[in-house]
Amino acid sequence: MGKTLAEKIWAEHIVRSAEGEPDLLYIDLHLIHEVTSPQAFDGLRLAGRKVRRTDLTIATEDHNVPTLDILKPIADPVSKLQVDTLRNNCKEFGVRLHSLGDADQGVVHVVGPQLGVTQPGMTIVCGDSHTSTHGAFGAIAFGIGTSEVEHVLATQTLSSRRPKTMAINVNGKLKPGVTSKDIILAIIAKIGTGGGQGYIIEYRGEAIRNLSMEGRMTVCNMSIEAGARAGLIAPDEKTFEYIKGKPHAPEDFDAAVTYWKTLFTDSDATFDAEVEIDGESLEPFVTWGTNPGQGLPLSAKVPSPSDFASEQDQIAAKNALEYMGLTPGTPLKNVKIDTVFLGSCTNGRIEDLRAAADIVKGKKIATTLRMLVVPGSERVRQQAMSEGLDTIFIDAGAEWRNAGCSMCLGMNPDQLAVGERSASTSNRNFEGRQGKGGRTHLVSPQVAAATALRGTLSSPADL
Amino acid sequence: MEKFISHTGTGVPLRRSNVDTDQIIPAVYLKRVTRSGFEDGLFSAWRNDPEFVLNQEAFKGGTVLVAGPDFGTGSSREHAVWALQNYGFKAVISSRFADIFRGNSLKGGLLTVIIEQDEIEKLWAAIEANPSTEIKVDLQTRTVSYAETSLAFELDDYTRWRLMEGLDDIGLTLAQEASIDAFEGLRSSLKPATLPIRT
Ligand code: SF4
Repeated sequence: MGKTLAEKIWAEHIVRSAEGEPDLLYIDLHLIHEVTSPQAFDGLRLAGRKVRRTDLTIATEDHNVPTLDILKPIADPVSKLQVDTLRNNCKEFGVRLHSLGDADQGVVHVVGPQLGVTQPGMTIVCGDSHTSTHGAFGAIAFGIGTSEVEHVLATQTLSSRRPKTMAINVNGKLKPGVTSKDIILAIIAKIGTGGGQGYIIEYRGEAIRNLSMEGRMTVCNMSIEAGARAGLIAPDEKTFEYIKGKPHAPEDFDAAVTYWKTLFTDSDATFDAEVEIDGESLEPFVTWGTNPGQGLPLSAKVPSPSDFASEQDQIAAKNALEYMGLTPGTPLKNVKIDTVFLGSCTNGRIEDLRAAADIVKGKKIATTLRMLVVPGSERVRQQAMSEGLDTIFIDAGAEWRNAGCSMCLGMNPDQLAVGERSASTSNRNFEGRQGKGGRTHLVSPQVAAATALRGTLSSPADL
Repeated sequence: MEKFISHTGTGVPLRRSNVDTDQIIPAVYLKRVTRSGFEDGLFSAWRNDPEFVLNQEAFKGGTVLVAGPDFGTGSSREHAVWALQNYGFKAVISSRFADIFRGNSLKGGLLTVIIEQDEIEKLWAAIEANPSTEIKVDLQTRTVSYAETSLAFELDDYTRWRLMEGLDDIGLTLAQEASIDAFEGLRSSLKPATLPIRT
């Protein structure tokens, strides 16, 4: 019987397997950032251990960093301590680090692909749940805890049980104005935030094949929001084209492509679960609640708890509506927004900035809101500036920032105030995620841009 | 991880049940960037009380914590184990531990020993009567002994072996280093590397 892509990659990385024990898996790339690594390095130090493969390890600063005045010392002492600790650890252990001000500083999941160190057929880990982003290249990529970070640093392996496999087939062509973000939000709304638990998801089907690499990264990024261990997409010509010319693209590119072309799910392979999504029926999507599964088409109305079948969902909806300050029956398009955040590892890549810039070009954002544009990495920022996107955003009245996680999470100076409502291109709308008491609606870059212009949740078609 | 074969030290009687990990180390102490230095936060809510057992001169220097039932419930934070170890504890004895805490402790080399509650009561009484009572926790014989008493405890063979060899998860994997070397020897040269830096 044939194998799924995930099974092929897993099998290729088994260092040791024994009956009843987890597999010892070789890790091809370990990404590091300042928040989840300090105790891991400290553990190495206490045990007198080294980093086994500094050449398969790379670090950057993202979660804590400010996006303004980046060359001044970091004001928050806890953030500063974490960033300084990362700098000292990388120096001591010989790990490559991209610090604030460096072209390859940025959100860790934007940095890997832009350097070309994210490639098909790899195993990639990071002490961060959105590591699944890298699956867009046909890699098994997942988040790990601090003890595991230490384990990978010391051994370049991880002991782990192989997850089950799930296929999500997104069939047909997307309608104009419907994006990768809408696909993944619709998937999570359908299967639920626990629907992917225990699985590696492979996204398949015409709508997925038609996505750009950036779009595929957006889909894989949010696999974790469906509860999955990882998400991946089989590599194709678009993948190869994207990697070509990147700094760390393989020197023998043709040989690499020959290998990469073996990375697909065999036609006679079976998945442990399969889900079908009709791509043609999808619309721009937005979340109304406090988990990524609480989403609806933008054309819908704020639901009422009684719309839900199970008591558990009814209670969840009631609590979410209360926190979000929303009244059932209100058209989502009437929901007034205070802040638009364009950025994060979900939608902070060049294509996302281009798509939003296209919409705001020559126009002004609503006077009732602020818009933060935060490129996912310094390289994305520079590319955007060379295309004049910064001027388009600034002329429209938006703020143009430096790279980092920024308002995706309330760990740096970019935060929502209590009760403030955002339309955000990030991936989590949990209570307090963007700042204590902040209210988040997850949207695509296109919806974010249209919302910025109109002041209420809107799609480009509403303009 | 240090090998644990046997340990002899004095005891600290913690006459409380349901000590959860928030009480062992509160969340405000978790911002630290090291794995050491957590001793300051250990039982921090109680440390201001001069009567608290850790503040009593008689029990200073104790290395065996004798706790009430259901020790280590609540959040899964590994910091709880680090805090106890940083303070100097080598073993905790209780009649019942929370699963995750017990897993974390045995992984991290802090021996958690389970004995019956009536034996705990006797041990408390013995330590309180004479704080310099030496308690020996012996993995070889799987016994806890003090004065004239010797009590058997259970620990699975695998964990016992791991502790006696001083192998943490990383140590165990490093014992497979030959397999890792062999795997690396066959690894495709097409795979990317982060060093040397290419631009
Ligand atoms: S951008 Fe957001 S989701 Fe992505 S790594 Fe940073 S904090 Fe995590």
